[in-house]
Amino acid sequence: MSPGEEKPDYLINPEGLRLDGRRPDEMRPLELKVGDVIRNADGSASIKQGNTYIVAAVYGPRELHPRHLALPDRAYLRCNYRMTTFSVPDRKRPAPSRREREISMVIRNALEPALFLEEFPEAVIDVYIYVLQADGGTRCASINAASLALADAGVPMRSLVPSIAVGKADDTLLVDLGDMEDKYGGGDVPMAIIPHTESITLLQQDGSFTREELLEAMRMGINACKVLHERQKDAIKRAYVREAGEDDDEYEDDLEADLGEAAIPGED
Amino acid sequence: MATFFENREIVVPGQLLAEGRYRSSFGTYVSADDEVFSALVGLAELRGNTVRVVPLHGVYIPREGDRVIGTINFVAGNNWKVDIGGPYGASLHANNALRKPYDDDISKYYDVGDVIAAEVATYDRTTGPYLSMKGRGLRKLKGGTIVEVSPAKIPRVIGRKGSMINMIKGKLDIQAMVGQNGRIWIRGGDLDSLQIAKKAFKMVADQSHTKNLTDRVAQMIDEELAKMHQNDETEETEESSAPEDGEETEDEEEMEEVNE
Repeated sequence: MSPGEEKPDYLINPEGLRLDGRRPDEMRPLELKVGDVIRNADGSASIKQGNTYIVAAVYGPRELHPRHLALPDRAYLRCNYRMTTFSVPDRKRPAPSRREREISMVIRNALEPALFLEEFPEAVIDVYIYVLQADGGTRCASINAASLALADAGVPMRSLVPSIAVGKADDTLLVDLGDMEDKYGGGDVPMAIIPHTESITLLQQDGSFTREELLEAMRMGINACKVLHERQKDAIKRAYVREAGEDDDEYEDDLEADLGEAAIPGED
Repeated sequence: MATFFENREIVVPGQLLAEGRYRSSFGTYVSADDEVFSALVGLAELRGNTVRVVPLHGVYIPREGDRVIGTINFVAGNNWKVDIGGPYGASLHANNALRKPYDDDISKYYDVGDVIAAEVATYDRTTGPYLSMKGRGLRKLKGGTIVEVSPAKIPRVIGRKGSMINMIKGKLDIQAMVGQNGRIWIRGGDLDSLQIAKKAFKMVADQSHTKNLTDRVAQMIDEELAKMHQNDETEETEESSAPEDGEETEDEEEMEEVNE
């Protein structure tokens, strides 16, 4: 705990609202940006979820170094989740922590089923995720941002992957925990899904839940993920329509050429 | 049987495009119950009963028959290793590039750092791409400079039947060659025309899915040319009327040289 931070007397006030005035099933304000976050990357995205602020950058598919990690039948998805030293009230030590390595792995496992990695054997797709400001729910926000960055990079994927945590405080289930609720609440269940099939690609649990609570938490989480998924789709479309400008409803008539079927003129 | 998109709509990965007996093509995949989904961010297209997504971004994936522009990385025995961008390095065997008999030391034909125009002869996912240089216009590209754009934008750079690229070449009086791997080689003209050409290609890449692009690029080039002529009014203004035939004969010569 940082100096000046105290355990709040209650996480849910008598009116049934949370510390930041949200209802239990309400998500934090969400701001997604796709593309042009990191210009040198093949794809990038940023997410602001409450006070959590994360940027994600994707490079590749590209040649994998060191070579011995290459997989003969699919691309190697390399996720790198890092918290910047200034992202938390007490300066985080810069060395990669056990926690960061674990979350990197969790993110990779959550994203992998959504990608067509088999299209790029022996190659690597690098995903770099930097937490600029941490206020709870960073692993879920990272998955949201990373899947947008992957789409922006043009990596073929089955679906975007929305992700959210459902937690518990004062015996009430809460969607999208903030930092305080995470620290002083009774547990949380982060999850990520592939919306169309409702397959779950990430499900963790911290704290204790009864069977009924867990099922209810998952139901709430899946609903929240679907809402989030709409926002993700929106963010991508907005990014590309902006790129397309006002004229995007009509195209020049060189359709043939646009489909990559034009011959390449040599110099004849 | 139904489709769920308007033609040329921007779609996102996982978006349901069609249901029923539709054929899935580039940029899409089919689920177990015959539903076609998008796999990319791009523009959805229906042609006959084939659904495809034209990508807006992405790395270069070699396809057989593609013309590419590559840089020699390494000379290995009678192979050249060629960087053609994208996740895979290509190799070019001397038999596919030179007429026999050729010298044992093939580095005297093409050496590390040389830029070549080649064709993808074979490619499948397990073997890397193999190039060939037997073909019209496939040769070493001497001098000039390379502009890189996203491979997804290349069709737009070319335009219908080469309208865009020919317009840029004609207006600026430069030679240009476009590779499917997103590299555009340009040479000739003066430094200013090359700068304008670069700007034009960047403009095409940035605004690739807007209408009337050819006209707007043409307008931009005209404006830039006018500015250029204003700046050096002392020089005569007839630079841009050099004969175009000159370029063709010169290239034929170069091709001969390579094949010998």
